[in-house]
Amino acid sequence: MTTFNFKNVYVKSESVIVGNTEKDGPFGDLFEDYSRDPYFGKSSFELGEIEMTRLAISKCLQKGKIKQADVAYGTDLMNQLTCHYLASELNCSFTGLYGACSGSALVIGHGAMMLEYGSVHNVLCFASSHAQTAERQFRYPNEYGIQKKECSTTTVTACGAVVLSNEFSDLKITSFTMGKVIDWQFKDVHDMGKAMVPAAYQTMMDHFYDTKRTFDDYDLVLTGDLGKIGYAMLSEMMEKERFQLHQKLNDCGILIYDINHQDVYCGGSGCGCSMAVLLTHVFSKLRTKEMKRVLLVATGCLHNVFLTQQNQSIPVVAHAICIERS
Amino acid sequence: MDQKMIRELSKRHQIPQKKLKNSGIAFLSGGVLSVIAQLLNEGLRQNFSDENAVILVILILIGGAAVLTGLGIYDQLAKFAGAGLFVPITGFSNALSSSAMECRKEGLIYGIGSNMFKLAGSVITYGIVSAIIFSFISYGVSLL
Repeated sequence: MTTFNFKNVYVKSESVIVGNTEKDGPFGDLFEDYSRDPYFGKSSFELGEIEMTRLAISKCLQKGKIKQADVAYGTDLMNQLTCHYLASELNCSFTGLYGACSGSALVIGHGAMMLEYGSVHNVLCFASSHAQTAERQFRYPNEYGIQKKECSTTTVTACGAVVLSNEFSDLKITSFTMGKVIDWQFKDVHDMGKAMVPAAYQTMMDHFYDTKRTFDDYDLVLTGDLGKIGYAMLSEMMEKERFQLHQKLNDCGILIYDINHQDVYCGGSGCGCSMAVLLTHVFSKLRTKEMKRVLLVATGCLHNVFLTQQNQSIPVVAHAICIERS
Repeated sequence: MDQKMIRELSKRHQIPQKKLKNSGIAFLSGGVLSVIAQLLNEGLRQNFSDENAVILVILILIGGAAVLTGLGIYDQLAKFAGAGLFVPITGFSNALSSSAMECRKEGLIYGIGSNMFKLAGSVITYGIVSAIIFSFISYGVSLL
């Protein structure tokens, strides 16, 4: 049993700050705020990412009308997590979690567990990713002229923050499936969308098994950042298992950009991607009563740059959270 | 979940790399760059010796690529041209200048100084190694 069920976990407030390309995407109007400048008015990309996170958190706390949370969980993609530089300002117990691009569901899931089983009232969960800092850490310098592979994805510049609380509200988190790490000896770091497919599949199967549900019980099942190749592969795997998808399966990496017109290769990636789509698109659909129950399966590549250079494979993971209208 | 089955499935889900198109563009753009360099060379030969003109052309290409990198234009051009800009000296210049730009916030020593050759370092290392090997070979041949 890897699924935790919750009865008293509600969404109090949320906020998403994005960068330039995301603002021009299909959900541009849903985001709280944006910056055309990748530095967010600071002197380096890393400080810019911290500033973006700071903005998202302050807006989120403001909207929830609380001064500070009791506990906070944060994640991003950097080595040793840049969110630690911000944690001292939060003035509450803090844990930084690393789950690469699966971080969004990981922090929300852990926040929900804390609320359900701990004695706290408000938990702040946030996830951020930044295109330039990720490019610099995982790939090449930003201005380096190289033709990327067609199968690569673009890291989303976005930070989403959400306050969960045990006070009743219109949306609630009902379950969290903690994923198993899978290593299927896949080694291409430029094709991470495909690498994460078996993890998404495994977590979805575990979730369906534990909750005794199937695609029919959901209005939408969103994967984190598989991109269009990963999405096609997962769809085929699901259809092989005789699931009727009925266009209920989609991917945040495909949704966040206009992949036919924006120059983003196979779609978006990063923990900010799934967090931003969840807090804007999904929440608004749930609030307008177009949907009742949504499953987010955030996927992540847990590779280490040194180990992949030593020809080791990429371990992958996916965590799922279920959001429902109260 | 069967790993063999997944691997077979993954083989079918490949986006074909546009190798032919990319090679064609690289061929043409590399050619255009060479024509520009040749025209520059011809122009400079009016005022400089043949040897100096060649060196000046190389310096202009290196400087031009570095300036374009700083302006954020080079990576857009290289995305289109590929090896057409990567193989000539412009690629080397871009590798140095982009690494230097990226690390400027970490300071002159730990940032620019130690990271500038992060990408171009292997070109220099193996350039020196192969120069040593070939100089021995050429000395050996000259003794025969």
